[in-house]
Amino acid sequence: MPDHHTITLLLNGIPHTIAVEPRRTLIDAIREDCGATGTHTGCEHGVCGACTVLLDGEPIRSCLMFAVQADNRQIRTVEGLADGATLHRMQQAFIDHHALQCGYCTPGFLMLAVSLLEANPNITDDALRDGLSSNLCRCTGYVNILRAVRAVAAELRA
Amino acid sequence: MLTQAGVIGRSVPRLEDAPLVRGNGLFAADVNFPRQLAMRVVRSQVAHGTLRTIDIAAAQVLPGVIAVWTHADVADIPPIPFRATKLQGLEPYCQPILANRRVRYVGEPIAVVFAETAYIAEDAADLVLPEIDDLPVVLDAKAPPSDFAPGMSTEPAVVRKEFGDVDAAFAAAFDTITLDLSVGRHSGVPLECRGAIARYDAAQDVLELHGTAKKQHWNRDEIARLLNRPPHGVHLFEGHVGGGFGVRGELYPEDLLVCLAALRLGRPVKWIEDRREHMLATNHSREQQHQVRAAIDADGRLLAIDAVFWHDQGAYVRTHGARVADLAAAMLPGPYRLPAYRVAGHFRLTNKTPAATYRAPGRFETTFVRERLMDAIAARLNLSPIELRRRNLIASAEMPHPRPLDALGTDVVLDSGDYAGLLDRALVRIGWNALQTTLQRRRAAGERVGAGLGFFVEKSGLGPSDGVRISIDHTGGVELVSGAASVGQGVETVLAQIAADTLGVEYRRIRVVRGRTDRIEFGNGAHASRVTVMSGSATHLAAQAIRAMALATAAPLLQARPEELTLANGHVARLDAAGIGLMSLAEVARHMGPGSKLMIGRTPGLTAERWFYSDHMTYPYGVHIAVVRLDEGTGQVRVERYLVAYDVGRAVNPMLVEGQIAGGVAQGLGGALFEEFRYDATGQPLSTTFADYLIPTVSEIPELDVLITEDAPSPLNPLGVKGAGEGGINGVGAAIAAAVDDALGRPGAITALPILPTTVHGLLHA
Amino acid sequence: MKPPDFTYHAPETVPDVLGLLATLENARLLAGGQSLMPMLAMRFAFPDHVIDLNRVAALGFIEHHGATLRIGAMTRQRDLLNHPAIRRHVPLLTEALAHVGHRQTRNRGTIGGSLCHLDPAAELVSVATALDAVIEIAGPSGTRDVPMAAFPLGYMTPSIGPDELVTAIRIPLPPAGHGAGFLEFSRRHGDFAIVSAAALLTRNSSGRIASAVITLGGVGAVPLRLAEAEASLIGETPTAPAFARAAAAARGIDAMEDALIPAWYRTRLAVTLTGRALAAAAARLS
Repeated sequence: MPDHHTITLLLNGIPHTIAVEPRRTLIDAIREDCGATGTHTGCEHGVCGACTVLLDGEPIRSCLMFAVQADNRQIRTVEGLADGATLHRMQQAFIDHHALQCGYCTPGFLMLAVSLLEANPNITDDALRDGLSSNLCRCTGYVNILRAVRAVAAELRA
Repeated sequence: MLTQAGVIGRSVPRLEDAPLVRGNGLFAADVNFPRQLAMRVVRSQVAHGTLRTIDIAAAQVLPGVIAVWTHADVADIPPIPFRATKLQGLEPYCQPILANRRVRYVGEPIAVVFAETAYIAEDAADLVLPEIDDLPVVLDAKAPPSDFAPGMSTEPAVVRKEFGDVDAAFAAAFDTITLDLSVGRHSGVPLECRGAIARYDAAQDVLELHGTAKKQHWNRDEIARLLNRPPHGVHLFEGHVGGGFGVRGELYPEDLLVCLAALRLGRPVKWIEDRREHMLATNHSREQQHQVRAAIDADGRLLAIDAVFWHDQGAYVRTHGARVADLAAAMLPGPYRLPAYRVAGHFRLTNKTPAATYRAPGRFETTFVRERLMDAIAARLNLSPIELRRRNLIASAEMPHPRPLDALGTDVVLDSGDYAGLLDRALVRIGWNALQTTLQRRRAAGERVGAGLGFFVEKSGLGPSDGVRISIDHTGGVELVSGAASVGQGVETVLAQIAADTLGVEYRRIRVVRGRTDRIEFGNGAHASRVTVMSGSATHLAAQAIRAMALATAAPLLQARPEELTLANGHVARLDAAGIGLMSLAEVARHMGPGSKLMIGRTPGLTAERWFYSDHMTYPYGVHIAVVRLDEGTGQVRVERYLVAYDVGRAVNPMLVEGQIAGGVAQGLGGALFEEFRYDATGQPLSTTFADYLIPTVSEIPELDVLITEDAPSPLNPLGVKGAGEGGINGVGAAIAAAVDDALGRPGAITALPILPTTVHGLLHA
Repeated sequence: MKPPDFTYHAPETVPDVLGLLATLENARLLAGGQSLMPMLAMRFAFPDHVIDLNRVAALGFIEHHGATLRIGAMTRQRDLLNHPAIRRHVPLLTEALAHVGHRQTRNRGTIGGSLCHLDPAAELVSVATALDAVIEIAGPSGTRDVPMAAFPLGYMTPSIGPDELVTAIRIPLPPAGHGAGFLEFSRRHGDFAIVSAAALLTRNSSGRIASAVITLGGVGAVPLRLAEAEASLIGETPTAPAFARAAAAARGIDAMEDALIPAWYRTRLAVTLTGRALAAAAARLS
């Protein structure tokens, strides 16, 4: 059997020590080894953005990284957004604006949108569209995703 | 608080959303069982060939591999049958679950590997070595038919429909118009790939299948039949479904393989499709070539349409049979008065991934064809496209309007509609006259801009029946069990709203159960824009029954007559004092419990199951208007504005209806401008990744306006509702083509979808 | 789409990387992974060893000395995009970087990885060609410099030995006051370009063009410099007619063809984008 590496993923602030083959992708480790299935696999070749997570605060595609490379790194996923019963304002905005239908792309979009606004709450509308164009949604036609993220941006600026 | 009567028609937030935004969804890949095996399918890399041998020795001995199967191991399982549009003679064209001696498309399952992990299963699949002798490939559905097998043509059927005297109409016509048009191969491509997880529970002798969608009850019955088990020994479960759009939830080879393996290997078996597989294995759709002729009078009124088309079915007939071709033939006439019509749809097998339905099947294609035809007639007679349509639209006074046609086994009767009224409202909404002025000014300044429209009739609410059971427990909790399914469109919320409206409870307190064969005996699932119409109507009937039972039970206890009482805020109250709850629904339910002396000799429970039946579909309608700009240097089409006006009869939740429309438009733009499954001359697929198959991103989406109208409620159901799922996509190809023509200044220039930048560049510089 | 099995190495110094390269058979270097990972997932590549460069701290830097910018091979595209000195002195690089993938991929993707992958349509490959960058390569017998013009040996084939490693890229800064423009066409926003054009212009004291650079990506197996068109612009006034004449030179290009994009269309795009890149560059002359 192939050799396994013991690594620790700091997933939403909680250390998960797991043994993985070097070829195991970060998305598979998060989902299968840490049991955090909120992050979804959409294409496994780095185009759809469904697997977007924040690595040390910056969005990445977790299908395009090996788990061993994330040893001792901070990883934020959709499960880390809400504060107990209180939803993150981006989660609430997605509900209020009907920015999800099947919900499969939603965790990736939430993490992307949160990171865009955390990096720059004064983001221009063009930059917001450009930033969101990295992820695919097949249900909503994006109209309500844009509305939700714009609404949060307006809240943050107010 | 949102309570009771009046919740129908309100844009309330969805019941579905809370777990989904928290990452607590349960999609197929999230389902795991102890000791589960991973399944990996070995697929043909040859488009057409004779499968001589398969060497599985190296795969079998790889550590972690449990079993490797080829056709010989599953030869006792019949091919997957079809459930819809059963034209005679299609049966021999159904797909075996593993290829038997012949492969017919790249991606066809030829062997299957079971291993301890998905990684090992994929390693082992790479070690399976088939030996295939190439055969000539068929890639053009319009080419003369050849042999599918000895004595079997690649054209197993021609869908024919006809009414009126077509030949006489053409003989007497003022003029005739002929067009050759085509629509490219594309499909639903949901963000979640398919998945199937089977487990055999030997303790109860039950086979479970998880990760299912759309048609659980039919699939249960067929799995049971094909595996020779009683249907009640097979349970299908639906978790969250990451988009359906027609393709997910059909019975595919992989569903049967995991079930068979769970039974034979004695361990749970999990299969998760990857994206490349999805592009090769999951149903394609849409590809048709059309030749259409119209006979017109001097005013541009249609006298007859004579249409021929060639439907590229791909390598096998799947569960839909000839449904797409049948719908294309039936729906082509659309919203126009048509005295005579003849259509022949050539159903052809090729060496591509099998095709079936994708959102608005047969309508996206034929709306493009019909509206191209109407634009061509307008151009021929030098009429505005709008005036030409006004002259031909069926008037509201002519409703209901029977067409001497059948669709999906039902007679086509356009049930209600004010088509011209909707056209007027759409033109006002987008400011058509001002828009024309602006476009003229921009064209004069050198810009290549234009506007176009497409009008269509949708269909929805396919019968024959659906049932819903509502139960109120002793705490007042309401459970609604439906034979419908959810593919992410908001079924739970809509059914809860309909029930809440009659039951006088908060819609959030209603738990909606769907997609489970172990909770309700029959069901017809979620497809054909049928859930709100069929399951919604059944919900309404069941809720009315519960209401009547509750009032009848409470009345003597409250020393009132039932007709003096109502339900409000979860309580029974007097009609003249609805704000004062006299008895909670929980109390009523307790009075109706099995221990209650009121129930002696009767069947206990505040529970009712009701069925809604329909033998006719209901027909919503809409108009799309697009404004585009062309880049002369690159041929790129930029969609600047888009309007959808759509009459839905009655909107249970307008926010959700608009959501359906917006999503449909984006998919329609994909089919009109970006998405296509391309093949090379040897049948090798060229669009197998998200880098090659271009789903629109937010940057491709125009400013979108949606006008939902309720001018023409359906007379066919108690709520007046019509389906909303497919009106967003139906007219996109037609409207974009018309707008590009307008921007080019060349009527009729666009004859094929998707409209590629190379085509537009060529037209701009011709 | 799971990657095949391999042995993983995570060296921390350049000598350690070179040591591994010297001893391991069938090894692949892993930089940002934004191209290699999909190739592994699709099993287009089967390395026995993967040498991860992400722990080699010495390969991540941006230095600005006089008229030269020196960038470590493992510098992330995001850090280049956000670097104020690059924005000020080499705006062409900043403009091109905004087209490189998306935010998520720029957070991982590196300049060295992109140059070594050498996709002919890649923005950084084209811009390095336009800027006459120099590639620093370390090997068992020391380091060598390769000018970008000589770096591609053919389609996606860089001039790097199996025991060598790209360590840095040197970019001579274009003169102050130059104008730069970068444009690309893809069917969908953010995708790999079908064709891209990069242009640099300088102007003499009489307002005429003193130097011109035009690079086209995606038309040939390697980025193409339009040398004749560049020369023809010298002495011209930087206005539309001159740019149209220069862009017309792209009509003669024998562009590559694939199953989806015909050669004639790439050539037409080259003409269009050349003209637009020159106009954008001219608008930024100061």
